[in-house]
Amino acid sequence: MKYIDEYRDGGLARTLAARIADEADPATLYRFMEFCGGHTHAISRYGIADLLPGNIRMIHGPGCPVCVLPVGRIDAAIRLAQRPEVTLCTYGDLMRVPGSGGASLLKVKAAGADIRMVYSTLDAIRIAEAEPLREVVFFAIGFETTTPATMLAIRFAAERKLANFSIFCNHVLTPPAIRAILDGGESDHVGIDGLVGPAHVSTVIGTEPYEAFAKEAQKPVVVAGFEPLDVMHAILMLVRQINDGRHEVENQYVRAVTRAGNQKAQAGIAEMFELRESFEWRGLGTVPLSALRLKQGYAAFDAERRFDVEDIAGRDNPACECGAILRGAKTPTQCKLFGTVCTPDTPMGACMVSSEGACAAHWTYGRFRDHAKAAS
Amino acid sequence: MNSKTYRRRLDLEHGRIDLSHGSGGRAMAQLIDEIFHAALANDWLSRGNDQAAFDVAAGRMVMTTDGYVVSPLFFPGGDIGSLAVHGTINDVAMAGARPLYLSASFIIEEGFPLADLKRIADSMGAAARAAGVPVVTGDTKVVERGKADGVFISTTGIGVVPAGLDLSAEKVLPGDRVILSGSIGDHGVAVMSKRQNLTFDTDLVSDSAALHGLVAAMVEAAGSAIRVMRDPTRGGIAATLNELAQASGVGFRIAEDALPVKPQVAAACELLGLDPLHVANEGKLVAIVAPDAAEALLAAMRVHPLGRDAAIIGEAIEDDHRFVQMTTGFGGGRIVDWLSGEQLPRIC
Repeated sequence: MKYIDEYRDGGLARTLAARIADEADPATLYRFMEFCGGHTHAISRYGIADLLPGNIRMIHGPGCPVCVLPVGRIDAAIRLAQRPEVTLCTYGDLMRVPGSGGASLLKVKAAGADIRMVYSTLDAIRIAEAEPLREVVFFAIGFETTTPATMLAIRFAAERKLANFSIFCNHVLTPPAIRAILDGGESDHVGIDGLVGPAHVSTVIGTEPYEAFAKEAQKPVVVAGFEPLDVMHAILMLVRQINDGRHEVENQYVRAVTRAGNQKAQAGIAEMFELRESFEWRGLGTVPLSALRLKQGYAAFDAERRFDVEDIAGRDNPACECGAILRGAKTPTQCKLFGTVCTPDTPMGACMVSSEGACAAHWTYGRFRDHAKAAS
Repeated sequence: MNSKTYRRRLDLEHGRIDLSHGSGGRAMAQLIDEIFHAALANDWLSRGNDQAAFDVAAGRMVMTTDGYVVSPLFFPGGDIGSLAVHGTINDVAMAGARPLYLSASFIIEEGFPLADLKRIADSMGAAARAAGVPVVTGDTKVVERGKADGVFISTTGIGVVPAGLDLSAEKVLPGDRVILSGSIGDHGVAVMSKRQNLTFDTDLVSDSAALHGLVAAMVEAAGSAIRVMRDPTRGGIAATLNELAQASGVGFRIAEDALPVKPQVAAACELLGLDPLHVANEGKLVAIVAPDAAEALLAAMRVHPLGRDAAIIGEAIEDDHRFVQMTTGFGGGRIVDWLSGEQLPRIC
């Protein structure tokens, strides 16, 4: 594939790997968190861990919007879907996310709820246009990357005066989550020496929002693309910053990301959405000013207002270590549920649900390494 | 049917299946006559019995059955009719067997266009004739609108295994080579490209094909050095290798660089967040073969049109965990796991 294979070149990977091994100080432990699920996926899918020296450890962050969605929001979506007048449109990834008591959208659908899997917000709009007697609710989730698509859908619905379309808004923001991780969790110690910064998110928000906490927390950030060579390159850049004692925001993904980001998208979002005072993240707990909701002027498109959705406090499985894993304090294999009752086929915790989750990625692509380690 | 009785012919242009076509009456007889017998014509069907009688070969026979519910019914490179012939022939052939006869059972939804049914039956007949494996008996049922999705087809196949051959999943030994007959993912991507909500433009066509000719050439070249063969349909080559690993108590190590993947398939998978290793094939096979016979088998496969792109993609290894591992083109290692749940695109 043109313009993609170039970023997956095995020869260049070996060159980069040699340079990383050469420049990394054997006496230093380098612990880097890749925030995004896209990076986690690339690291696992291409076996990048095998190309890094033992003293560079990648910690899989919370940057998978499916994973961080709390049980309560899934429960709320299930209740919405169970309303007889509602057609709930959702991305496929959300179907198997466990809510309270083992419920999921997949199970509710099997029991008769009208839930449709869509590939874009516009699919949901088309359903709303084709079925004017149904209340079509789009289950909007994602970081800053997907918010513009939701914004456009609402703009479109407003122009067409679509009275039967609304969104269940769960859009969350990246910088507050990174800050929450760097500030440390409630109990677990966080050991992170540098961050591989978001790729697609940064195309929208730019690199500037990371500057403040890179300075405050004194952690280097390298914004990187999602291809495996991007990740390797970013790791090399982080090693160099640490070796030099720097903690700057650097941009590896210059082919797509600028310092200011996509200002048109930012302006559109600011016009339509406002900050929630706080939002619960699975694994991180309640994070202030970390999520968006529609402004009063767009209340008609807000399913939470339209259907009086209450806040539901769901409960995670108490043995689930997703929180500590998302903060980089534990690895998937340190969770008792991992690979026993919790697998991608029967996920218990959020990290196992999406292929971008830390646990699912390790289970699906990397678990042979545990046995290789045990044997040696 | 009495040829002297006046009968208005089926309207194969605008007509539709109605409940009378499944009622056992004259309408059903007409449907079978004008569509199925016309399309599938052979000596067994034309005798009009509820069963087909034929001589039994000496030796071991194999039998298999499969249901076809593909959506959409017509896709680039084939349709449910040709698929129902190819798929069942392939399941027979994977035993190293020579397929002899097929049966076909149709469950048709009320309102289904007769033109589409004829197109499917004709395609089925053409596929069966090309393969030399006739559909010798069949059945038709009609269900109310909404109780089926257009048409479902089940086919059963029987065949005869050459003497001395006993291919089976538990026979893989460490060191055995893994041979793949050609590019992966063509069928799944071609079908997905026509799915509702997912339409994208591609010149890719399904690889749907009957593999028994290729298999015959392979059996001649390597005989019982072939441990087992599988056609990697649903779940793709990943499922096939994991099944064999489980059954034989071995692991596999394959090389991503050795896997033939067409650029269109790679691009579609990239776009939809799928792994070509999980995407279905309908005209490919995986053969596990003793190491010293691998090159000869590969050479024999490459001479056949359906094995032109055959490649050795890896080998069986000792592994108590029965992992299928892959060396990525990037240079790292990873597991090739079963598909979990449905194949769904990643969203960011």
